[in-house]
Parts: sequence; C-alpha cells; structure tokens
Amino acid sequence: MSVYLLVSGRIRSLHPLSQSRESAKGANASSYQVGVARLRNASCRPGRRFFFGKSNFIYNPSATSTNMSVKKIQTDVQMKRALTRISHEILERNSGAKDLILVGMHSRGVPLAFRIRNLISSYEGQTVDVGSLDIGLYRDDISEKPQATMKPTDISVDINGRIVVLVDDVLYTGRSIRAAMDAINDLGRPSQIQLAVLIDRGHRELPIRADFIGKNVPTSQEEDVAVKLAEIDGLDEVIISSPIT
Amino acid sequence: MTTNDTNTRKSIRQKHILDLDALDQSDIELIFENTDSMMEVLNRGIRKVPALRGKTIITLFYESSTRTRVSFEQAGKILSADVINVSSDGSSTKKGESLYNTALTLQAMKADAIVIRHQHSGAAYFLAQQMESTSIINAGDGMHAHPTQSLLDLYTIKKHLGTISSKKVVIIGDLLYSRVARSNLWGLTTMGANIVLCGPNTLLPQDFQDNRLLETNHPFRNIQIEENIGTALEDADVVMALRLQSERQKAGHLPSLREYSRRFGITSERLKVAKPDAIIMHPGPMNEGVEIESDVAHGPQSVIESQVTTGVAIRMAILYDLITGNHSEKEL
Repeated sequence: MSVYLLVSGRIRSLHPLSQSRESAKGANASSYQVGVARLRNASCRPGRRFFFGKSNFIYNPSATSTNMSVKKIQTDVQMKRALTRISHEILERNSGAKDLILVGMHSRGVPLAFRIRNLISSYEGQTVDVGSLDIGLYRDDISEKPQATMKPTDISVDINGRIVVLVDDVLYTGRSIRAAMDAINDLGRPSQIQLAVLIDRGHRELPIRADFIGKNVPTSQEEDVAVKLAEIDGLDEVIISSPIT
Repeated sequence: MTTNDTNTRKSIRQKHILDLDALDQSDIELIFENTDSMMEVLNRGIRKVPALRGKTIITLFYESSTRTRVSFEQAGKILSADVINVSSDGSSTKKGESLYNTALTLQAMKADAIVIRHQHSGAAYFLAQQMESTSIINAGDGMHAHPTQSLLDLYTIKKHLGTISSKKVVIIGDLLYSRVARSNLWGLTTMGANIVLCGPNTLLPQDFQDNRLLETNHPFRNIQIEENIGTALEDADVVMALRLQSERQKAGHLPSLREYSRRFGITSERLKVAKPDAIIMHPGPMNEGVEIESDVAHGPQSVIESQVTTGVAIRMAILYDLITGNHSEKEL
C-alpha cells in the first residue's frame, strides 16, 4: 500500500518514529545528511510535492537527526554550462532572439529566465523581454491543498504573436506547466509556447514535455529535487534528497 | 530560506471575516500580498481566472448597497465563482423567514461563502455560529463593523504612502454610527498608525468622550480625540472622511447639517495644515458639500476613486483565501 504524504514547504510526519532514526545512523557514507531546515527550502508548488510513499520512511520534523540522504547533482559550474547550452538552443530553434519573450515561473523560474536573457543578449547583442508568472489562480488542486502566497504576475508586453518560452526550475508532474499555459492563454495568443527547464525529473502526469532541458535526472517519487539559486538561496546547486530505507 | 518562510503561512487563520479585531498584522499583510496579484488580474484585458471555478458565493443584503455588493459580485465573477445575489426585498424574508432559517437554507444549498450585510450589529456573528462549512463575510452589520472596507482603506494607504506604521491618520465625522470607522480603528491600530478622531461630541462613542480607555490596556487607549478640525489636521498623512449618515440622524445629534459642514467639513483651505502629500479618503457614498467639499473630493490628493477599484481586488483576495485556504484553526 502506498501512502502519499503531500507536503507543501514543510515536512509533516505521519506517525511518530523510531525505526528510521536507527537506519539513519547507518546511512551511506558518500551522502551527507541535512536537517529539517534545509528541506524547507524545497519549493511548494504542485509538481514539487514530496512523495514519501510505499516505504517505511517516516519523517518527524521535530527530530534533530535526519532521515534523508542528500546528494548534489549539479554544481554551480555545471548549472552555468547547462544554462549556456539552453540559451543557444533557444536561439537555434527560433533562428535568433526576434519575437522571443522569456516568462519565468515563480519563484525559481524567474531568476533563471533573467539569466537566460542575459546570456542571450551577450550573444545576440539584443535584449529580450522577460516576464514573471504566478500560477496560483490556475492550479488544479486549489481546494485540496492550502495555497501558497501568490506573487504578482508581471508580463508588461503584449504576447500576441510572440514566442513565449516558459522557464521553470524542475519539471515533474507537468501540472504547473498546464496551469502556466492556461495563464498565458488568458493574457493573449502567442504564436508558440516553448518550455525550458533546468531539471527534468520524470513522472509526468500530463502529456507535456520540455523543449530545452538542462539535465535529465531519473528519480523515484520518494525523492525530492531542490534547485537552489544564488538570487534566492545564496548559492547555485541542485540537490536530490532520498529517504533512507 | 527567504522565500519559503513567507510561504509557510498560506492563509489567514480565520474561516470567517467578521471584523478586523480577529486579524493580526501577518494576516493583513498576507491579504495585501494576494491583493497585489489580484490587482494585476484586474488590469488585464480579459479579467477572468479559474481560481474559484465551481464555487458558489451568495450575497445576502438586508440593507441597500451599490459598491459593496457589486464589488463582491465582480470579485467572485472574475475568480470564476458563481455569484447569487439575494436581497431582502425579493426573498422569503418578506414572508417572515428568520435570518437563522435563511442561513440554514443557503448553507444546505452548498454555498461556499455568504456575504452578508444586515442592519443589526452582530448579524454576521450570529450567522457564523450556525455555519459548519460555509464561510461568512461581514459586509456591514449595523453600526458595528465593515471589515472589507477597512482592509481596502488600509491597502490604499499602504500603496500610496508605502507603510501604515506611525502615519498620522485623521478620521473625521460621524464616528458614532460609522461601522467603517470602527473596523478601521482595529485595522489601523494593528498596523501601528497614529489615529486622531475628530467630530462633534454627540457623534463620538461614549468610551472616547470620557477618556475611560486611557487607564486601561485597551488597544484603543492611544487614540487621540480632537474637537478642533484645524488642530486635528496638522501634519496629517491620511485624512479619512466619513459619511454623515443622514438616515441615522433623527435622534437629533446635530443642530443642522449646515453647522456640521461649517465646523467639520473638509475644505481645501483646512487641508493646508496637513502634509502636502496627504491623501484624502472616503468610504462612499459621499455627501459632497456636507462632510467633504467637491473640489477636495475630486482633487489631486483624493484617492477616493482608486479606493473603489482596490475594493474589488481586496474582495477577490478575501474570497480566494477563505474559500481555498486551509484554515487549521476553524474558530469563530
């Protein structure tokens, strides 16, 4: 039986635990351990759910010891290279930067969109419009889960007939992207919508794929992928946390 | 952890919005944050988002109203909720149905939120006690409270002045009958404003007249009372006029409207002692020429019209929060 524990921003426990703490002591030596505080950094949008299903894994937020093993899967240098490649791919696909508008999805898609904009303008010598999008009002699970605080959508240019490149950090279920496309459609009719993500971790629940991918990361649903960006978190890295079984 | 710390509070702690005394500063700021997003939706070409699709909002108005009822209806419809308007004239109230039974009927029809305005203070509280799943929003109960108007006033101040804390807010007029003023006292106190009340003695609540709050721990103990409008307006950041509620003036609190207007009317001459960038507010509907002069009401310092637009956004944020929020402490 699998029990899905949906967590938004904060980890909650299903039962008091003892067993998993034991196993944490014998954790894999190559992985380091984090406390609760770091995990709170994980994004809380849909598609960034924590799934702690199927396992005996039980999390107790008050416990000081940890039950997650954490591995870095992208360093700052690797992230820079990935964004550089994505920027070139966007230009290649669209034969230049004409008509492009980069739309970052709150929260971490926004700084990524600005970085791609800066890279593109350094190659092409022309500036590209950047917008930010909040999908809070378009989620399909609005009444099932507490909502996150919204940030204003800011797309000040007319998107009709333009090529909108959605930018997000992690592509997971695809539900955020579905919501983002609905939001874009309410703002106008772009000639195309494309999708750029830093990490594609699989487990799609909708027929959605990314056009530009920084890194494909095979994950299990029990794992959590967290992208950290200097603009928000003070450093650039991508980490994957897995429950210790 | 900057971003996600703010995300840990996802909705206000209340299931109902009855008055602002139940909201703390972080609740109000949370509503403001969502209002920013709602303002963006209001400024779009196509003003429609699917957030409350399939939800039902009933407005139940036992007193006449244009802007409050319309702005709730507008707010609900922009969020794709179904909005049903009930007024006391066309309802079973005319046949003698009590508020209690009307409310149970509406709840049985699966309303997600009921917006109520009633001539009796406390009507919204009474309704909230009877509700199991439906959220109640007080859109004015007697002379007691009008929290959504107050929230939009607070939001307007914050947008124009950057902050509310330690701004001098002068509220002038009929403080006895004004539910807007009462809610604003709570809201402004919570947000840390310096409040000055100004009005004829007969229209000041008894508690303020004899200074009985001074000795207590009551949150209103620091509110100043000023009978001279000239002194009250000195260095004011915000001037809030209240409507002289002529329908409630039969008790003879005032010798005449003309005298009131001469002593307490807001004129451009009197405003000269206020801060040059002070904003002028009025909850509407205005009696121009009585509590406020026309050239002030429509002058450059007036934010009265933007208050109406803001009202829609504030109500969108409240409806969104109450209907979608996960209210862990479902208290009254």
